[in-house]
Amino acid sequence: MSDEKKTLLKVEGLTMKFGPRGRQNTVIHNVSFEIGEGETFGLVGESGSGKSTIGRCIIGLYKPCGGSIRFQGEIMEPGEMRREIQMIFQDPMASLNPRKKVGDIVGAGLDIHKLYKSREERDELIGSILERVGLSRDQANRYPAQFSGGQRQRVGIARALIMNPRLIIADECIAALDASIQAQIVNLIRNIQRETGTSFLFISHDLSMVRYLSDRIGVLHRGFLLETGKPDELFGHPVHPYTRNLLSSIPSPNPIVQLHPEEHYDYETSGIVYENGTWHTVGESSSHLVLCTDDEYVKWGAGK
Amino acid sequence: MSDTAEVILEIKDLDISFRSSGETIHAIRGVNMTMRRGETMAIVGESGSGKSVTMKAAMGILPDNAVINGGSVLYRMESGSEPVDLLKADTGWLRDNIRGRSIAMVFQDPMTSLNPTMSIGNQLISAIRSHENISRSEASGRAVELLEEVGITDPVRRMRQYPHEFSGGMRQRIVIAIALSCNPSLLICDEPTTALDVTIQDRILDLIISLQQKRSLSVIYITHNLGVVARVADYVNVMYAGKIIETGTIFDVFYDPRHPYTWGLLSAIPDGESSDELYSIPGTPPVLSEEPVGDAFAPRNPYALEIDFKEEPPMFPISETHAAATWLLDERAPKVERPRELNERIEKMKREASEYVR
Ligand SMILES: Nc1ncnc2c1ncn2[C@@H]1O[C@H](COP(=O)(O)OP(=O)(O)O)[C@@H](O)[C@H]1O
Ligand SMILES: Nc1ncnc2c1ncn2[C@@H]1O[C@H](COP(=O)(O)OP(=O)(O)O)[C@@H](O)[C@H]1O
Ligand SMILES: [Mg+2]
Ligand SMILES: [Mg+2]
Repeated sequence: MSDEKKTLLKVEGLTMKFGPRGRQNTVIHNVSFEIGEGETFGLVGESGSGKSTIGRCIIGLYKPCGGSIRFQGEIMEPGEMRREIQMIFQDPMASLNPRKKVGDIVGAGLDIHKLYKSREERDELIGSILERVGLSRDQANRYPAQFSGGQRQRVGIARALIMNPRLIIADECIAALDASIQAQIVNLIRNIQRETGTSFLFISHDLSMVRYLSDRIGVLHRGFLLETGKPDELFGHPVHPYTRNLLSSIPSPNPIVQLHPEEHYDYETSGIVYENGTWHTVGESSSHLVLCTDDEYVKWGAGK
Repeated sequence: MSDTAEVILEIKDLDISFRSSGETIHAIRGVNMTMRRGETMAIVGESGSGKSVTMKAAMGILPDNAVINGGSVLYRMESGSEPVDLLKADTGWLRDNIRGRSIAMVFQDPMTSLNPTMSIGNQLISAIRSHENISRSEASGRAVELLEEVGITDPVRRMRQYPHEFSGGMRQRIVIAIALSCNPSLLICDEPTTALDVTIQDRILDLIISLQQKRSLSVIYITHNLGVVARVADYVNVMYAGKIIETGTIFDVFYDPRHPYTWGLLSAIPDGESSDELYSIPGTPPVLSEEPVGDAFAPRNPYALEIDFKEEPPMFPISETHAAATWLLDERAPKVERPRELNERIEKMKREASEYVR
């Protein structure tokens, strides 16, 4: 991708540990990836694999213990927050203050950064962003409790979008919604991304939505990024045994064609040691990469 | 799946309202379903469509503010016995014979079914001893066997552990072990894997399928994941606004869906190929504090006919196993085709299926 698009975000060797000194638990191991201008990078992995932690390091909620995060070419200070990077959360209700009117929730960022000259300008900005996400202007005067789950997620998107971000981190932002509402929100995200050229880090455990939305996908397991590639590369020719297991576990809506994992993947007994892996390109592709040893590379048939 | 097996559960014209803060919500508006012994049935639909309430009614665990307006839930406890109407049964009898006995339930969040302050061994032992007069040590031996059966390794040691010491998938296995401890005939799984990762989901579904075969259980899955339905079920009931709007075998519903709502649900699944806009059903489900006029789906239905806004459609039979409640199936209705994209998708699924079988 970097050959086509300018790099917006570059994460290199990101490492994150939690816990008291001496008994620290490494949660993110030396993770590197890039997101181009206007690109959507999908991050998938089971719960506890470290997806949210990576998102929080980028947005500045956590201070990484190692590695660097570059935004528009500049190294970000650990814990630095930028207006250009915004976040959409999973549970719209938990992230919206129930006692505040929706207009004030959406306008909070404008208020903090004093991004308007008059009350009228502020209300206009809020009104137009509400319309942009499929709500009406007069809903600014309502409270979150009066909104459905899908509408609240629209509020969450409006609150991020109003800051004109260059990068939006969407952490499981459709997980709590019904299938038909999920599709509405995913379409909204895609349209916004096409119109504004905003980049997205789309974090989800819903692999089919990630496939649909992403330009490139990264597979995370136990804090290691194991494989990255374009959706067709990853779904068409998954190389890492973990990725293969993950993809074949998705139940298909075709009653007769159910893939089923050939065998259940268990890291402890797999014989694979993630720490020993280095990045290898798969076949001829410059975008399809897998973390493995030279021996595993041959064994998994990644060279072809 | 065999249509000669006896009917184990038959729900007829179930009608339930809720009273809450001065409002009446007509949550279940005439539900009918039939299930035979050993079958797997799925109920799908958006949240609020009435899936859980229907099953709670079947177990006699409706909340106090529920009002049963009518209908019956006929359940045949043992093979060859007379069916009993669970809606008319006495609460004490239900507690002693049905709930957690003949019918067991597994919920989405295992933590709601487990006691965080009690070791899982003690929870299993007390579940076993609550319906069987056996010694503690005998029950303990049975508990170990059950844990083994649901795939928990090193069960003797793990008996002493507490729920928080297990992962989400392992906790759900423990809940399944507790559900099985009473040797139920019918297992109701309400979104059993919704909170789990796909790899764990796959293993839990495998587990339920294998237990079902071993113990000849009848299983009802409540889910909104159509992939899960296609993977596990024999029959599907699609619910919308307190009614079943399409019913059939999984082959009927996935390869030949007839209700526009089912079309919408199937179209909204990303198929991994087209990069066009994802199909989404416009609007949101109705609030059932007001009685819908005509078909409850009409305002969201791009194929709605004039009559849909006036009169509720009956269930139109399509085949012996397949029926749908849409006026499009009335002989007077204009001929309406399924959306082209969905038809292409179905054709592709059928092609893949025939290649898969060969
Ligand atoms: N603030 C924190 N303190 C301690 N441990 C944490 C914290 N945040 C996350 N973790 C741990 O880091 C791991 C990864 O968590 P998370 O990033 O939330 O995973 P995911 O989003 O993929 O489910 C988990 O084991 C979690 O317990
Ligand atoms: N305890 C309750 N009080 C009031 N209304 C209820 C209650 N439980 C369920 N309902 C209503 O019944 C409808 C169906 O709920 P439910 O069966 O839980 O839906 P789902 O299909 O998501 O399982 C919902 O619209 C809900 O508002
Ligand atoms: Mg997370
Ligand atoms: Mg429910």
